[in-house]
Amino acid sequence: MIRVELPYHLRLLAHVDGEVQLDVENPITQRSVLDALENRYPMLRGTIRDQVTKERRAFLRFFACERDLSLELPDSPLPASVASGAEPFLVIGAIAGG
Amino acid sequence: MSRVRVLVGTRKGAFILTADGKRQRWEVSEPLFAGWELYHLKGSPVDPNRIYASQTSGWFGQIIQRSNDGGKTWEQPGTPPGEPTTTPDGMPMGESNKFVYDTSPKTGAPLTTHQFYDGTQHPWEFKRVWHLEPSLTDPDTVYAGVEDAAIFRSTDGGKNWNELAGLRGHPTGSQWQPGAGGMGLHTILLDPTDPKRIYIAISAAGVFRTDDGGKTWKPINTGLKSQYIPDPNAEVGHCVHRIAMHSARPNVLFMQKHWDVMRSDDAGESWHEVSGNLPTDFGFPIEVHAHEPNTVYVVPIKNDSEHFVPEGKLRVYRSRTGGNEWEPLTKGLPQSNCYVNVLRDAMAVDSLDSCGVYFGTSGGQVYASTDSGDNWNAIVRDLPPVVSVEVQTLP
Repeated sequence: MIRVELPYHLRLLAHVDGEVQLDVENPITQRSVLDALENRYPMLRGTIRDQVTKERRAFLRFFACERDLSLELPDSPLPASVASGAEPFLVIGAIAGG
Repeated sequence: MSRVRVLVGTRKGAFILTADGKRQRWEVSEPLFAGWELYHLKGSPVDPNRIYASQTSGWFGQIIQRSNDGGKTWEQPGTPPGEPTTTPDGMPMGESNKFVYDTSPKTGAPLTTHQFYDGTQHPWEFKRVWHLEPSLTDPDTVYAGVEDAAIFRSTDGGKNWNELAGLRGHPTGSQWQPGAGGMGLHTILLDPTDPKRIYIAISAAGVFRTDDGGKTWKPINTGLKSQYIPDPNAEVGHCVHRIAMHSARPNVLFMQKHWDVMRSDDAGESWHEVSGNLPTDFGFPIEVHAHEPNTVYVVPIKNDSEHFVPEGKLRVYRSRTGGNEWEPLTKGLPQSNCYVNVLRDAMAVDSLDSCGVYFGTSGGQVYASTDSGDNWNAIVRDLPPVVSVEVQTLP
């Protein structure tokens, strides 16, 4: 089970209180996790990635295991501890602004 | 007794203000969509409980929200709360956030370029919905004016959106350019006497009209003069801030341009200036009285570099002669130390017998007049900066 932590506003949109847990088929990558997230919560389509290009929105970052994975290729494997469910995959809003 | 519902979009959420027909005692809702920019909310004229809202964020992009109960509850069209978000075969149901320019050879137009701030050509990039205009006859049909400038239409209550690409594909598109706030399509006027006629306005391209339901569009900017473009009389490139019409006289249009208040008496074919005795003819909103087609309201702003009211005085100006002769309306409005702005979509009128006029400011005040502008009161004073104000007159 893959664990995903969403920022406050996206939790509101998806009507979830805490962490999201997703069944994701291998390989466990940014793309496969976000595809699964958007299929389970279609209201999040376009809020994390562009609807068409699937590029990460400019003011969002992806963290896991105390690393910034934002610039990793979308099909690169995520860390094993994310794939095993030991660690969450974090979607983070950039801090600047308010 | 009639009631009034005022829909207020702000930089940090939406608010619904309600009162009975006397419009003296107001209830102010808790913030809706708190923390998001609400560029516009507007109700369907045929089903006032159906309200559409544009919720946007620099972080998370564009969300369309819809209410079917007058704003009590909201949903993203296609995914009602509590219902499955996927079909039995696993396909997503929610599509309401999807605004994609139609580049198909059959129905759309190639993704061309427009003029960027620095004068170079730049591809169209969807950013947000500035304005939602529900159909005059069908609560499930609604138009969206977007940045970068284009018009979309939904015929299924906001779930799916299709571009009317003839506008973006107009041959003049490469000359359109963004205003300071972006290249937004901010005004959509539906002709109540001709369902195929629509007017739109873009900053900074100008006004366009379709007479065939959105397939083809014609620039209608003859008579506009703008000193900030190389040819002041150009066919396009004018920074039109808003246009307005009275439903009983749809061939007469009023315009607040970047500078100049303008009027057309021939459905936009030609324009003439009616700024008259205004203290400044720069401003954003323009609105027409509900029952008097020749009564028009504007809020002059000092100039294009100082976006606040002149002399520290918040004054609405009213013309009862269709322009040229303007009178300041000040009773109940601050007449010293006031430095707010009123944005283009932040003024509206109700249709009660004694016409109510409403506007919201960059300082978070929403003012109302129950007597066509003679006297004003603040409904609420401390909202986030107000972006849009719409009014629903309810039975």
